[in-house]
Amino acid sequence: MVISDETRSKIEEAISKYPQKRGALLPAIHLVQADCGHVSKECAAELAEIFEILPIQVMEVVSFYNMFFDSPQAKHHVYVCTNLPCSLRGSRSLLSQLESHLGVTAPGATEDGRIFLGHEECLGACGYAPMMRVDDEYHEDLDVEKAKQILDSLGK
Amino acid sequence: MLESPYVTQYLTEHFSEADYPTLEGYERRGGYRAARKAITEMAPDEVIETVKTAGLQGRGGAGFSAGLKWSFMPKDDERPKYLVCNADESEPGSFKDRILLERGAHQMLEGILIAAWATGACATFIYIRGEYAYPAVQVERAIAEAYAKGYLGENVMGTGFRHDVQVTRGAGAYICGEETGLLESLEGKKGQPRKKPPFPAQYGAFGMPTTVNNVETFSHVPHIIGKGADWFRGFGTEKSPGTTIFGVSGHVVRPGLYELPLGTPLSEIVFEHAGGIPGGRKVKGVIPGGMSMPILPAGQLDVPMANEFLRERKTMLGTGGVMVMDETTCMVRAASVISYFFRDESCGQCTQCREGTGWMHKIIERIERGAGEEEDIDVLGDVAGKMEAKTICAFADAAAWPIQGLLRHFRDDFVEHVRQRKCPFPGSFEL
Ligand SMILES: Cc1cc2nc3c(=O)[nH]c(=O)nc-3n(C[C@H](O)[C@H](O)[C@H](O)COP(=O)(O)O)c2cc1C
Ligand code: SF4
Repeated sequence: MVISDETRSKIEEAISKYPQKRGALLPAIHLVQADCGHVSKECAAELAEIFEILPIQVMEVVSFYNMFFDSPQAKHHVYVCTNLPCSLRGSRSLLSQLESHLGVTAPGATEDGRIFLGHEECLGACGYAPMMRVDDEYHEDLDVEKAKQILDSLGK
Repeated sequence: MLESPYVTQYLTEHFSEADYPTLEGYERRGGYRAARKAITEMAPDEVIETVKTAGLQGRGGAGFSAGLKWSFMPKDDERPKYLVCNADESEPGSFKDRILLERGAHQMLEGILIAAWATGACATFIYIRGEYAYPAVQVERAIAEAYAKGYLGENVMGTGFRHDVQVTRGAGAYICGEETGLLESLEGKKGQPRKKPPFPAQYGAFGMPTTVNNVETFSHVPHIIGKGADWFRGFGTEKSPGTTIFGVSGHVVRPGLYELPLGTPLSEIVFEHAGGIPGGRKVKGVIPGGMSMPILPAGQLDVPMANEFLRERKTMLGTGGVMVMDETTCMVRAASVISYFFRDESCGQCTQCREGTGWMHKIIERIERGAGEEEDIDVLGDVAGKMEAKTICAFADAAAWPIQGLLRHFRDDFVEHVRQRKCPFPGSFEL
């Protein structure tokens, strides 16, 4: 078993809140990812068993959503918003300077697997542009120096 | 911490006060009195009539009458009925729901309770976009407080009325903001919009009668019930009453949120409230209502921000996301960013949308590179025209409108790219 007992009981609790079992699939995938980092084939098979659906139906959902992953991920995810409001305030030059700072081409991860750098569509921070999302946290009203410092402070 | 709006009205006036997000702080300022009044003193139909008379329009983009939508919920139907609060906020340029979730979760919950009483709904699903981690924590906290106080659950405020509320987190897909895409996602599936009819009031979440409203729409409701429809109509225009929270972004001195009456002139928002364009530059164009809404050129900014006036200029209020572009801006680059987004986010069910968004982006990108021909500009307009009003959901229209708006008002920018065989705006924002 790859999904831990603790995560399983959280999934059961989520299921109890929905009129139909499958309603808890997105919450369950969030839980599995928080635990395992991504949804592996084995995870998908176990989720399929819990939800009484086919593994392919789990993978279909995983692949539809940008925040779900089917392969191992870098330790930290960093996304610079490059939608129009952020682009108007210099987010693309911010992104390219962060690329050189980390020595990666976005979307891509540093060799040591510490940071994945990518761009993302609008994150609802348009009045505080440019901005980036680091894992679950927003960093807004950025300049290049501030952004570099934030990246440098991220642990392995 | 997010900054409070620079201009506040009834929705946001307490947002800078530290204890307001807590249940205690909310009640100290009169919170939950309107819900108590609705549930103990008003019949459900009376609540619906009041919201109808107030003229509250949905704030999620389409501007549909909230009271009318509630009245579509079947009355003598034994099935459980649900509400869905759309907190997917992913329309580029829109960032108002985020602060309503972070600072005003109880205001929204009170609106949900009143709507639940009016429609007979037994449960509400609040669908929050996956990236809004901190707002979701705030909403979960508010829900827990409301349960502990007996304002949610089996016996709301001791009245015997039952209502449950829970949060579902999205996972990064713009299309899950479209209400039937959202319903599919809520059911644990890919967020691919459903064909309508049947409409959600007949066949919604988990196949049950459902009403979907936006975060801000719910947040206005306690004020309408507490202070009355006439009071509400004291804000805004005759056809578009109330305030809304405009989110101003792009080339302005003071980007941010401004709660103002509907009907406030766009020029007042841009030049007075948001401080105008930095560096003494001139404005070139403004997108008035989030990225799906057609742009207005500098000469048309006198328009009052309400649908009855914006429609005359072939655009709409949308989500009130005001994106300002100064004279350095290359409108073909703007079109490129816009079309890239829609190409990326199309769910792919409808041919016109899946293919059309891809073609539009390809053509625009070619023109921007200086490799386009004049006829490309006509083909672009033609593709956009063929995408409208033919698909399962309004995403395809939302993809076509902004491109049509740019062609309508800034065709010269496109033509100059073709003639000079390069981008004639070297000082524009980087692509
Ligand atoms: C492509 C697309 C995306 C949408 N995204 C959102 C959204 O993020 N939030 C929202 O409240 N409404 C969104 N809507 C509108 C919803 O479909 C629906 O009309 C709205 O949630 C109803 O609430 P209201 O009547 O209170 O505005 C979107 C519509 C379309 C076509
Ligand atoms: S219009 Fe586009 S987004 Fe909407 S259902 Fe069709 S393909 Fe999907």
